Amino acid sequence: MTTEGGYTPSSDSVGREGVQNFGRGRNAAPGAKGGRHGRRRRGEQPMVPDAEFTSYYGRPVLKAAPWTADIPAYFFTGGLAGGAALLGAGADLTDRPALRRASRLGSIGALLASFGLLVHDLGRPSRFVNMLRVAKPTSPMSVGTWILSAFSLPAGIAAAAELRGLLPSRLAWVGRTLAALDRPAGLAAAAVGPAVMSYTAVLVSDTATPSWHEGYREMPFLFTGSAALAAGGLAILAVPTSESAPARYFALGGAALELAAEHRMESSMGIAAEPLHEGKAGAFMKAAKTLTVAGALGTLFAGRSRRIAAVSGASLLASSFCTRFGIFHAGQQSARDPKYTVVLQRERLSGADPKPAPAGQG
Amino acid sequence: MSDSGNKLYGRQNSTTGVAESDGVAEAAGWRGDSPRMGFFTDTSVCIGCKACEVACKEWNGVPEDGLNLLGSSYDNTGALGASTWRHVAFIEQPRRLSSQEAGYEQLPTGPSGSPAVNLLAGEAITGDRSQLGTATGSVDVEAPDGAPLAETRGEARSEFRWLMESDVCKHCTHAACLDVCPTGSLFRTEFGTVVVQDDVCNGCGYCVPACPFGVIDRREGGKAVKNNGLAQKCTLCYDRLQDGMTPACAQACPTESIQFGDIDELRRRAQERQRTLHDAGVAEARLYLDNPNDGIGGGGAMFLLLDEPEAYGLPPDPVVTTRDLPDMWKKAGLAALTAIAGALTAFAGGRR
Repeated sequence: MTTEGGYTPSSDSVGREGVQNFGRGRNAAPGAKGGRHGRRRRGEQPMVPDAEFTSYYGRPVLKAAPWTADIPAYFFTGGLAGGAALLGAGADLTDRPALRRASRLGSIGALLASFGLLVHDLGRPSRFVNMLRVAKPTSPMSVGTWILSAFSLPAGIAAAAELRGLLPSRLAWVGRTLAALDRPAGLAAAAVGPAVMSYTAVLVSDTATPSWHEGYREMPFLFTGSAALAAGGLAILAVPTSESAPARYFALGGAALELAAEHRMESSMGIAAEPLHEGKAGAFMKAAKTLTVAGALGTLFAGRSRRIAAVSGASLLASSFCTRFGIFHAGQQSARDPKYTVVLQRERLSGADPKPAPAGQG
Repeated sequence: MSDSGNKLYGRQNSTTGVAESDGVAEAAGWRGDSPRMGFFTDTSVCIGCKACEVACKEWNGVPEDGLNLLGSSYDNTGALGASTWRHVAFIEQPRRLSSQEAGYEQLPTGPSGSPAVNLLAGEAITGDRSQLGTATGSVDVEAPDGAPLAETRGEARSEFRWLMESDVCKHCTHAACLDVCPTGSLFRTEFGTVVVQDDVCNGCGYCVPACPFGVIDRREGGKAVKNNGLAQKCTLCYDRLQDGMTPACAQACPTESIQFGDIDELRRRAQERQRTLHDAGVAEARLYLDNPNDGIGGGGAMFLLLDEPEAYGLPPDPVVTTRDLPDMWKKAGLAALTAIAGALTAFAGGRR
């Protein structure tokens, strides 16, 4: 007879190399699925050894966002719209009509696609207007709604000004109005555009989803870089090489920013970086990196050949698309695996981040 | 404990002195209409009857969400979700509950039907054996394949305990779902609870990944299902509270495992219950979300658990995601400025 009973008050300790005394067997019900059984797929190399942790029948602790491909697609189109507005204004100020026109029209096209995607993803699309009931700084989606609203008017006017030549002669006064608003609208759109490029990073990071939240310090730079290279890519693809030099520099800067931010993010987010290399997310991220590097290299020579320019621009656009889907799926994968929730929080409790008072130790 | 000026995190103190321990409803603009109400779920007396699940579904008109056999003990519900606002977890563990004597000491091991077990059972029965209507001598029980059962797979008796826990929305002091809701559909009630307004929610789904407990979800069931496409979760029976009634789950709980009341009173009771259990030798009894200094500012629902939170599918150290939001906005601002600087440089460098 033991007087103390079979239970030893837990002295679990967690390190990068895993959780000691935290065997799957300890809490596994007979015959039930354990926390990490058969999780790793397709013989991928683990970045850190598999951590042992406890879970409830291997079920996720968190809920993955109920979002479909609409949302990562919007991250792409939104970033493109914001970045293109910047290029459009720059082209306007430096007298590059082809670059200005392609950027402004690209921007409004991407923006319209964004609205479509965002409304389509709602559980009740008919209630999309409820987004305008409140303005809440604690809700990145609310802030984003207002940013997009503020962006859409000048971006729309700037794009309309590009097309004013198509107006019939009896609407000449509209054309004159648009001509007067042309540059101010373009500049206003360019002022809001950078916010459109970066806020979506806050939108994903401000969640409990491990692979989104843990990367919050670098995500805005990653997203902004991705948006810049997409906008640059569109211009490189659509504009004669004689006018596209600033777009090429902009794209190269974006590529550098994206690659640097991604590298730094991965090294700062602990095991939450793993999903970026696994499954769908891994495939998208790998493709994105390849396309970024290929597109950037091509961009270096895009001034010499229209064909190289077209291929480089398309690569950059595709890269941005893949990055958004990669980040999206990494987050979803991290939410669906209890490992990322439990092990990260155990690590925090064991002293890496002393800030929060531990729950469950009352 | 609260960060400098970060009201999205840390202890929520009363500013007007109306509430005794925290000013969560006050902070939302209410003026002392009610003390903060919540749940204390004492899992040490939960018997896994699921009356709470049923009462919740019945009262709130929550639709059916799958009739599945999950193979996880007696839990065929799985997890909280859009159409599961109370969820009873069942955990079978091969160890004893603290110093509980399961009655196995010095008993022979092996399946029933083995001579040693039969002998013991026979001896244990006193009084008139003819009344029993069953022969208690050596019964020749056979396994399906014809081998005497006593000779098959003799299995030693093992220590065993069964943990049951009724999970629910935590009605956090710092509720991420409420913080990130872009329509104002989620709101803080006068009872300090967090409730979705079905007629406002547009189903954006942002609250779903924001919740650190995986509680709230978007209901997906087709047009025929009530509130399809909207975020749904426990309302702490807001309608019942407004009429001074107890929430359906607590009302239905036959063992008072689910206790409803004033948060301060519940916190006191939880601590007392933990002391009682510790004194009785149940060293593993621990409180969860009772601490106003924790990552969510304390729960409006707190729990007494008999194992680590993650064994029940609960996060061991939940932190409201908006704690880091001010920092995120700063980083996003910096990134936006980087884009402007990049564009200026690009056009300066691209001069013809």
